[in-house]
Amino acid sequence: MNNSNMLLAAPELWVLTMACVILIVDLFLREERRGIIQLLALGTLVFAAIITLRADYMAEGLRSVTAFNGSFIRDPMGDVLKLFSFIVLALVYIYAKHHLRQFRMFRADFYTLSMFALLGVMLLISANSLVMVYLGLELISLSSYALVAFDRDSPRGSEAAMKYFVLGSMASGMLLYGMSMIYGATGTLDLQLIADSIGSNGGDNTLLIFGLVFLVVGLAFKLGVVPFHMWIPDVYEGAPVATTLFISSVPKMAAFAMAIRLLQTGLGSLQDDWSQMLAVLAVLSIVLGNLAAIAQTNIKRMLAYSTISHMGFVLLGLLPGTPEGFGAGMFYVIVYSLMSAAAFGMVIMLSARGVEAEKLDDFKGLNQRDSWYAAIMAMVMFSMAGVPVFVGFFAKWLVIKAALDAGLLWLAVVAVVFSVVGAFYYIRVVKLMYFDEPVTEAVIDAPVDFRAAISLNGIMMLGLGIFSSSLIAICMASFGA
Amino acid sequence: MTSNWPILSLLIWLPIAGGLIVIAAGDQRAALARLLALVFSGLTFILSIFLFAAFDTSTAAMQFTELKPWIETFDIFYSLGVDGFSVPLILLTTFFGVLVVIAGWEVIQERVHQYMAAFLIMEGLMVGVFAALDALLFYVFFEAMLIPMFLVIGMWGGPRRVYATIKFFLYTFLGSVFMLIGLIYLYIESGSWSILEWHQLPLTLAVQTWLFLGFLAAFSVKIPMWPVHTWLPDAHVEAPTGGSVILAAIMLKIGGYGFIRFSLPITPDAASALDWLMITLSLIAVVYIGFVALVQKDMKKLIAYSSISHMGFVTLGMFIAFAVFRNSESGRGAALGVEGAMVQMISHGFVSGALFLCVGVLYDRLHSRMIADYGGVANTMPWFATFAVLFFMANSGLPGTSGFVGEFMVILAAFQANFWFAFLAATTLILGAAYSLWLVKRVIFGEVASQDVAVLEDINAREALVLGTIAVAVLLVGLWPEPLVNLMHASVDQLLQHIQQSKLPLAGG
Repeated sequence: MNNSNMLLAAPELWVLTMACVILIVDLFLREERRGIIQLLALGTLVFAAIITLRADYMAEGLRSVTAFNGSFIRDPMGDVLKLFSFIVLALVYIYAKHHLRQFRMFRADFYTLSMFALLGVMLLISANSLVMVYLGLELISLSSYALVAFDRDSPRGSEAAMKYFVLGSMASGMLLYGMSMIYGATGTLDLQLIADSIGSNGGDNTLLIFGLVFLVVGLAFKLGVVPFHMWIPDVYEGAPVATTLFISSVPKMAAFAMAIRLLQTGLGSLQDDWSQMLAVLAVLSIVLGNLAAIAQTNIKRMLAYSTISHMGFVLLGLLPGTPEGFGAGMFYVIVYSLMSAAAFGMVIMLSARGVEAEKLDDFKGLNQRDSWYAAIMAMVMFSMAGVPVFVGFFAKWLVIKAALDAGLLWLAVVAVVFSVVGAFYYIRVVKLMYFDEPVTEAVIDAPVDFRAAISLNGIMMLGLGIFSSSLIAICMASFGA
Repeated sequence: MTSNWPILSLLIWLPIAGGLIVIAAGDQRAALARLLALVFSGLTFILSIFLFAAFDTSTAAMQFTELKPWIETFDIFYSLGVDGFSVPLILLTTFFGVLVVIAGWEVIQERVHQYMAAFLIMEGLMVGVFAALDALLFYVFFEAMLIPMFLVIGMWGGPRRVYATIKFFLYTFLGSVFMLIGLIYLYIESGSWSILEWHQLPLTLAVQTWLFLGFLAAFSVKIPMWPVHTWLPDAHVEAPTGGSVILAAIMLKIGGYGFIRFSLPITPDAASALDWLMITLSLIAVVYIGFVALVQKDMKKLIAYSSISHMGFVTLGMFIAFAVFRNSESGRGAALGVEGAMVQMISHGFVSGALFLCVGVLYDRLHSRMIADYGGVANTMPWFATFAVLFFMANSGLPGTSGFVGEFMVILAAFQANFWFAFLAATTLILGAAYSLWLVKRVIFGEVASQDVAVLEDINAREALVLGTIAVAVLLVGLWPEPLVNLMHASVDQLLQHIQQSKLPLAGG
């Protein structure tokens, strides 16, 4: 454990540095030159991606390396998730800038906060000890609370932030409680050592399972799965779209990684126990998320419930405890983040003159107003519904296959039946865009970078679907499947 | 036989690429969009003629095969190939691909580029369904096809189009997800997605039964069979003419094709054990839906119900084989049944497509599909009346038209299985004639019913071209079915040989 290990955390250190730099640079910038912040942030992401890609340990033929006394780990899964965090966050920045400008909220705080949240995401992804998990998680959460309340004058935003904060703190408390019990049972915080200790002691693990329950509760809250989903619709609706865009995409990848670290690395030998818990959570989320989404008239709320059901699908991939299942879950969560970014990007695009386009009716007749953006939104919706050949289909297909592999036929049947239920509200958006007359003729206008990004994001739905081979291979290889 | 250039890929991707180019033509240049659509669908049709010409009818093996890795991690291949079952259906698809473009030429005035593009893309996807030999690839085409049809019905359809199209989409989507579970199960069992390899895979009867039911969920909705047919009348009534034509002429056939490609060869023992179910449902469709068709007031609805009834013949012809085998060793009747089902599918494609076009012709003039609004059309539209009467005759199975051949073959086969099957099936000759001819009497003949009918203009050259082409096809298949039957003969024989052998694993093994 020498100091050169620090270099393994180079991407994290770089992001931390740049978050501080952005904070300071902003002090010296005049209002009209704030665009520089955006460039700085995007540059940070690009460079972070470059140093993440320089994964020397892989050249040495290692599957993973640890640093900081084993509390930090670099492995292919972490690197891939980090890279996609950068990509999605870059999309978020491009979409968010347009929104922030329109609503006169274009301040550097958004970038600093989300940069710190990104740091939390990266730490959580690379966490190899309970302390690191907790640190990463809190860094994300605290930044997110502030981001939700970013629009200071919005009572809805403040209410959402308050709710998020109270419920989030409770979840963190649960998680800590669970961690303390795991520590009590095993005497270590290092996830690898926890696994070894469980493997060697055998016998009674009541305390461990007690701890596990609380861990799963904390995890379920962060993923936002039923019955720990209450905060999701309110926070998604109350927060400014730019924030919703962020919290619905990047942190989900971290939550997935957290599940892998805690459940697979740490408590892999309790798989029988946690997979039953996850099965309940997954079924409830898929059923309730899809049913509740039907009743929504606000697209942010609809997408919130859709998120809940998508996270249920991710759990479906996790619960068989097989490398292939983990790979499927990883593919799902990456794809979900991209889909979610595009969907909220479209909400931002349709917002005009200081009013968020958050009602479903705002999408009416989009095809007649602008057929290209209607096509993008349609692709995103079909992808979320899991219709081939869009990438969302392959994500659903992989997790269903993982469930079937593990002999969980009933879970697979529930999943497919409710994905048909889900298809209803997704194609309803398509119906609004294509079959209804527009309620407004307002020209859809957005900066060039926004239009390029959302077009790329939309084409990804189709492109990643047709050419899903390599991404699937990467995800599977991350777990050695 | 295996040509060096990928003709099947071209048949799939040329219309899809054409569709994208047509979209790029934009809303303002409708004439250009129409022209481009015609060029691309025409080229595709010509290509399919080459396919037909180069097809070797002496073998049941897959021809023009293409194989490229697609998703290697899970052994999924971009695998294409055609046999005697797929070639006629591909020809039917490309044939109607051209006709719907011409049929929508003047009728569609709004968002022409999107209309044409939707049909071109749909054409490519449907060819893909018929050519795919990899189950996941098949599923992708099978499902993706729903999207353009969903948009076509919803954007250019009638007053209740939204209800109809969402029902159509969800119904078929729900059916096919069960198939997806079955497909994944087969992959887990066999380690391959190749449909042909699955044909050889031994499976226990219990597993086969579940798989069979999974396939049934997908294909019975698509074809459709009673009692999961209710989406069809709605979809047909609300769809624009072109949409109805494609729906009736080709999409329904995908259900029948699915039975031949999946249900029969992959789960023959379950199909044999459950053939009573299939025969019962088919006969209910033939007889009961025939009566339902009789009382319809809406022409499109009547044709829709008549389609369901005719599709009952298709499923009957396919699943009668097992009963024939039990009765006799020769199995000649079984071949008649399957070939009859195939001929019936092709013939019904022509006839129902033509009938929907006929209704479209009337609808474009009077904006009504109600039988009661018409009467005496023959007086003002003699040419139209000629074609319409021909197609309705074909629909009721008049000898000399294509409608007769398939039905007759299936009834003959049914005789070898059970007299009562044949008896019930044969009632369609009466029922079909009843609802078809009664409609002809009320709409075409008689006194001129109203002022509106009196001023009707006869079909123009474009409509005459469309209807005339199909009329030739209907008569050709009716008088000289030989080439069509030859095309599929080898494949039918092989299929029947295959399904006679049990796929149950040997005892103790």
